[in-house]
Amino acid sequence: MSTASAPAPAPARAAPPAISVEAVSITYHSSLQARGQQTLVGTLSRLRRRKKIVKQVKAVREVSLEVPRGTVLGIIGANGAGKSTLVRAMAGILPPTSGKIEVHGRVSTLLALGVGFDRKLTGRQNVILGGLAAGLSREQLEGKYAEIVEFAELEEFMDMPMRTYSAGMYGRLAFSVAVNMEPDILLIDEALSVGDAHFKRKSFDKMRELCEAAHTIVLVSHGMRAMRELADEVLWLDKGEMKGYGPPPKIIREYQRFMKVEEDDAVGEEDV
Amino acid sequence: MSTETVHKAPPPQEDPAALADGWADAYTPEHHVYEPHKVGLPPLGPYLSELWRRREFAVELARTKLQAQHFGTVFGMTWLVLNPLLLAGVYFILIDILRSGDRPPGAFAHLLGSIFAYYLVSDAIRMSSRSVTGGGKLILNTAFPRMLLPLSSVLVSIIRFLPTIAILAIVHIATGRPNGLNMLWAFPVALEMIAFATGASVLVAAAQVYFRDLNNFLPYMLRVWLYVSPVLWQASEVPHGYKWLLYVNPLGPMLTAWNEALNQAIRPGGTWLLLGAGYAIVALVIGGLFFISREREFAVRV
Repeated sequence: MSTASAPAPAPARAAPPAISVEAVSITYHSSLQARGQQTLVGTLSRLRRRKKIVKQVKAVREVSLEVPRGTVLGIIGANGAGKSTLVRAMAGILPPTSGKIEVHGRVSTLLALGVGFDRKLTGRQNVILGGLAAGLSREQLEGKYAEIVEFAELEEFMDMPMRTYSAGMYGRLAFSVAVNMEPDILLIDEALSVGDAHFKRKSFDKMRELCEAAHTIVLVSHGMRAMRELADEVLWLDKGEMKGYGPPPKIIREYQRFMKVEEDDAVGEEDV
Repeated sequence: MSTETVHKAPPPQEDPAALADGWADAYTPEHHVYEPHKVGLPPLGPYLSELWRRREFAVELARTKLQAQHFGTVFGMTWLVLNPLLLAGVYFILIDILRSGDRPPGAFAHLLGSIFAYYLVSDAIRMSSRSVTGGGKLILNTAFPRMLLPLSSVLVSIIRFLPTIAILAIVHIATGRPNGLNMLWAFPVALEMIAFATGASVLVAAAQVYFRDLNNFLPYMLRVWLYVSPVLWQASEVPHGYKWLLYVNPLGPMLTAWNEALNQAIRPGGTWLLLGAGYAIVALVIGGLFFISREREFAVRV
């Protein structure tokens, strides 16, 4: 069970949660010009005019929660609600502006943009680089490599540049790398609908297996069916704020009403 | 954000608090705390320890980059030797024409040694400049010390430099340059150059995130730097009015000491050695601290 409030004092100290998020806010200080304007000339010109572009985007506002070990936390919300930002902060990729995140365990990420694969490199090179970047040693990777390739079902393609891969093959390898990194905590952001129906089923089963082995999963998805099937608790974010937290059926129903989506709308249910 | 990683032996059982700690240690030996940085810098000890722990990533990335650079070429990795040789040949012809065939003693050995050393530094900086902005997906999806990206570019440059030492040795012997134990002074000078290149590389890699124009200016800046460094000319030939160039240019003292040790087999001047070490330390400290203090922003800027 995930809990949104601080745990009550107990006579014996309980095991620490896998993830503890304490009053976390994340603000993007976008003194950032549009990417194309991040130039020396643009900056000098702004400095000369003493024009300071500061735009604050509060992506996450005062979110607190705990994710106990062995549970699946689903995060739902409209586009721009702060879901990906919160997950990236849990992974240590984005720093919180205020508050504190404590993580007990090895984290593996499967985020919206893949695992950082370089399409010029072969599948094999990407698996090794991704694993080393994630903190595994070369020995650990050598032990895991066969398992990763077998799970992705890409044995014949591992020595080919990834630019030759289809989107499905790319996603399968990314999923396989993420789940085979021996993670204690797996963070998945809108990456459930990888591969064909066969692989989708396989990835669902693998996640169930990880849960049964007391691994912790944080899952961001717009697919409500996946949420109902996998999550123990659901966090609903809206404009960075916690709008709801609790059992999946209740929170999903409230979310769908808020979004004016019919509960039995097949499109809203799918992983897209 | 600060990260601490804890590895402990399981405690004795019975006590509930100890059991909870035992659970944490047995199942989750990694413990990370992510908080806002106090003064822009994460705790340097854990950061550097994490950097060292992930060094295999930088080595593998360097190896992959080198392979990719020569993938599909007829000569493959032979380019590691062919490139510097052709480069030296081109510059030798240029200098010989400009000097109307009037060569000071050891001119070719000097040119070769200096140009290889110069490219050790400039290649590291050039390749590092895009290392962070080009590592977008990796930066957005994986938490690791970002400094590994420019460090891998420095490694590539060092690997490319190594075969040139053999070429230098052959030319040194063939052109009858003097030998002696003083040539060993080239090693500390090479370390100075690598340290300086590392500092400058991480500085440029971070600066490129904020000023995307830098990459366009860089080739011109590096070209001018080549001309004002004692590469195509020797330190002894500098007119009195331009001696200051050797002091204000970080590569001035390093390349002068490098040539004194390698080409003349004499003990390099103490001023050159100390000044070179000073530039290397300043570059490492400024570049390193600037990079580390900014790297948490990279995920929102790349």
